[in-house]
Amino acid sequence: MKYSLILLLNASCFFSTAQYKLKGTIFTKEASQVIPLPGTSIYWLNSKVGTTTNEEGQFNLVFEKTSDKLVISFVGFKTDTILIQDQKNITHFLISSEAESLDEVTLIKRRQAIQKSYLEAQNIVNVNSAELLKAACCNLSESFETNPAIDVNFSDALTGTKQIKMLGLTSPYLLITEENIPMVRGASQAYGLSFTPGTWIESIQITKGTGSVVNGFESIAGQINTEIKKPFVDVPLFVNLFTSANGRQELNLQGNQKWNNKWSTGLFLHGNQRNQSMDQNGDAFLDVPLAKQVNLLNRWQFTDVEKGWVGFGTIRWMNDEKQIGALGYDPLTDRNSTSIWGSEIKTQRFDASLKIGYVFPEIPYQTLGFQSAYSRHNQDAYYGPRIYEIEHESFYANFLFNSIIWNTKNKFKAGLNIAYDQYYETVDWSYFNRTDRSVGGFFEYSYDNLNNFNLVAGIRGDIHNNIGTFLTPRLHFRYLPNPKTILRSSIGSGRKAANIFAENQTLFGTNRVISIAENGGNIYGLNPEKAWNYGFSIRQLFNLGIGSGDITADYYITNFINQVVVDWEKKHHLAFYNLDGPSLAKSFQLAVDYTPNNTLSFRIAYKNYDVKTTYNSGFLQRPLQAQNRFFANMGWETEPKKNGAQWRWDLTYHAVGKQRLVETFRDINGSYSPSYGLMNSQLTKAFKSNFEIYLGIENFGNYKQTNPIIGVDNPFGVDFDTAQVYAPIFGRMIYAGLRWNL
Amino acid sequence: MKKLILIFIVVLPLAVISQEKVNKNNKVSFEVSGNCEMCKIRIEKAAFSVKGVKMAIWDIPSNIISVIHNPNKVSVESLQKAIAAFGHDTPFAKADDGVYAELPMCCQYNRNNME
Repeated sequence: MKYSLILLLNASCFFSTAQYKLKGTIFTKEASQVIPLPGTSIYWLNSKVGTTTNEEGQFNLVFEKTSDKLVISFVGFKTDTILIQDQKNITHFLISSEAESLDEVTLIKRRQAIQKSYLEAQNIVNVNSAELLKAACCNLSESFETNPAIDVNFSDALTGTKQIKMLGLTSPYLLITEENIPMVRGASQAYGLSFTPGTWIESIQITKGTGSVVNGFESIAGQINTEIKKPFVDVPLFVNLFTSANGRQELNLQGNQKWNNKWSTGLFLHGNQRNQSMDQNGDAFLDVPLAKQVNLLNRWQFTDVEKGWVGFGTIRWMNDEKQIGALGYDPLTDRNSTSIWGSEIKTQRFDASLKIGYVFPEIPYQTLGFQSAYSRHNQDAYYGPRIYEIEHESFYANFLFNSIIWNTKNKFKAGLNIAYDQYYETVDWSYFNRTDRSVGGFFEYSYDNLNNFNLVAGIRGDIHNNIGTFLTPRLHFRYLPNPKTILRSSIGSGRKAANIFAENQTLFGTNRVISIAENGGNIYGLNPEKAWNYGFSIRQLFNLGIGSGDITADYYITNFINQVVVDWEKKHHLAFYNLDGPSLAKSFQLAVDYTPNNTLSFRIAYKNYDVKTTYNSGFLQRPLQAQNRFFANMGWETEPKKNGAQWRWDLTYHAVGKQRLVETFRDINGSYSPSYGLMNSQLTKAFKSNFEIYLGIENFGNYKQTNPIIGVDNPFGVDFDTAQVYAPIFGRMIYAGLRWNL
Repeated sequence: MKKLILIFIVVLPLAVISQEKVNKNNKVSFEVSGNCEMCKIRIEKAAFSVKGVKMAIWDIPSNIISVIHNPNKVSVESLQKAIAAFGHDTPFAKADDGVYAELPMCCQYNRNNME
């Protein structure tokens, strides 16, 4: 009794100290009347400290150290949570829940799987994990099938690799980053996109046109950034199984562990294999490779919200093996055979990265960031009698400081980065070694009038041992003449050291004679590539019925000042030389997205590409570049039940116009591929929010290129060529899989 | 040259940090009367029109503005006056009736609440 009295005294003593209390009054507005709300409950979020208001709607509440968020709730009113920092006295209005129900309609509105940017000056398309689930399978290169911003092409008749293009330019002209660290570049250019399993990906950001100076000088036509799942927020355990009728099986196991509220770790394991020989077209060559891949990722995340620190440490290891070529080819016995053609591509890769970010706790607009990454890529390959081996070691570090000038309408990013790349290459019987070293500094200013105009202006200076010392300016504008119309424009330059062999590895699947027209440059005797990219985009939002949508038109031009031209126009030859004349890639896209209601969505796009380069033989459209493409996608999903049960269905159609072909034994000079259409569909049944199975068909019109391999009868002869591929090799393909998580 | 760059990397941000340590960044939040998206633009513009205001975010549902400002350049009172001059009432300063009457329709917030 004594004790409790003392306690009570102490407590009352504590409570009576006015400065420890928050005072306030809670009102509501009814018609134009202001009415105090008695009996409203007030408490600190995640605590038991609370009170109720008196007849006048007033309250006194002690501050709670552990929380600065005050929850105000009253039956029939929308519950509010407000941030209390320095206030001693607050006045708050609750809104009746009738008003809330209006809000709710907008809340239920389906979150778009592809979100086009509204606020940013850059033309960015964000692809979230819901969209990634629509793709049949299974890695980053296959994640763009349902997205009109990126075109997926077939790289060759052997490896089954898909090649991506944006604005009519192949992936070497895109900066592909993983969590803003340059990733698919150098040696990994040909197959790198297939080294990131789809289930690891949290989201993808696609920037059309010139990118930000922060990420380097390499992005010419655009940037693709991939965010990997974060252990702190990802599910504790995830399992995915996949199997397809073309003999591919995949397994993904992902586990995440939160050690405490600061440390968490994730361990991701991926394996895939194809051990069945497939030859639908009867040319005695494998349609898709025999392959196996093991891929491991371990990452650690550190988050200290109070002190403002966040950090990621990630290591990855990958081993990928492919066997392609003639059916029945046995590498052990047929390796040096001159009668049976085969090929093996073995890649090992190790990646490590460390990222540290710091947000100044008192000034949230000021941050410091440090990123560093190391990778080692080792590929041993032979294509029949040809040899291609590459070892690429790379180090990258970036230091970034973000802050404001005067106020948050004027922000800037400044920083430095260094990059080191060491290449050892063996091409048939020649060796090429190269070391690239560069140091760069950048400054990017952004202005936002908080209403309808913003711009991002960046400049960077780089000192590069093989490219030289140069400046890279980039500028982005965004203007809204009205809240439903968004105009964007951008201009910027980019440069690149062309890794001619790694970027054009598919051409080793030919018996063409390789020549390089050296002109004294530092990169294979060639000069670096330089281009300007400028573009304009207009997006109009609209409402139709109860649904909404948008129409986007954009036009981009990439103008090459210098380029390494890959010329296989001449029969039996493959030449690399620097550009002598104009080289322009003009791309136009018109896209309409429409979501009529919560269960349906439509997306259609028309694309026109005018991509011409000066070859020795003239100013010509790039081979295998369709001038016209059409895309349509329809998505349907039922309203999810309480337990998450749902049906989802998706149908995608691609129409690809005629493509120019180079002259070969099969195709006479001046010939074009036929235009064709492809259809893919996928049906998913979610039984619960954490368990679903999916079934899909790729290419269900069963369109195939007949005779994809030129000179297949004599693979050691001069006419042998597997690179002129304009359509799928493999016909209709059925697949199924399941996803489960804890 | 390399050392110089290193010094640049390490010292520059530290210099910036130490500068900020002298409390030039005072955080305040208070209620500003308003209703809608248009008010948000108006109120934030009003706050940014004052020298020394570094960050200003007005939250529509709670009507609370969170400001970071340099107290040596602008006091909370004069900041509130400046916002009130644009027609939006603040705890210390009320807008002139004339200015209030000129507000766009959706920003005609209810003025009886403080009485």
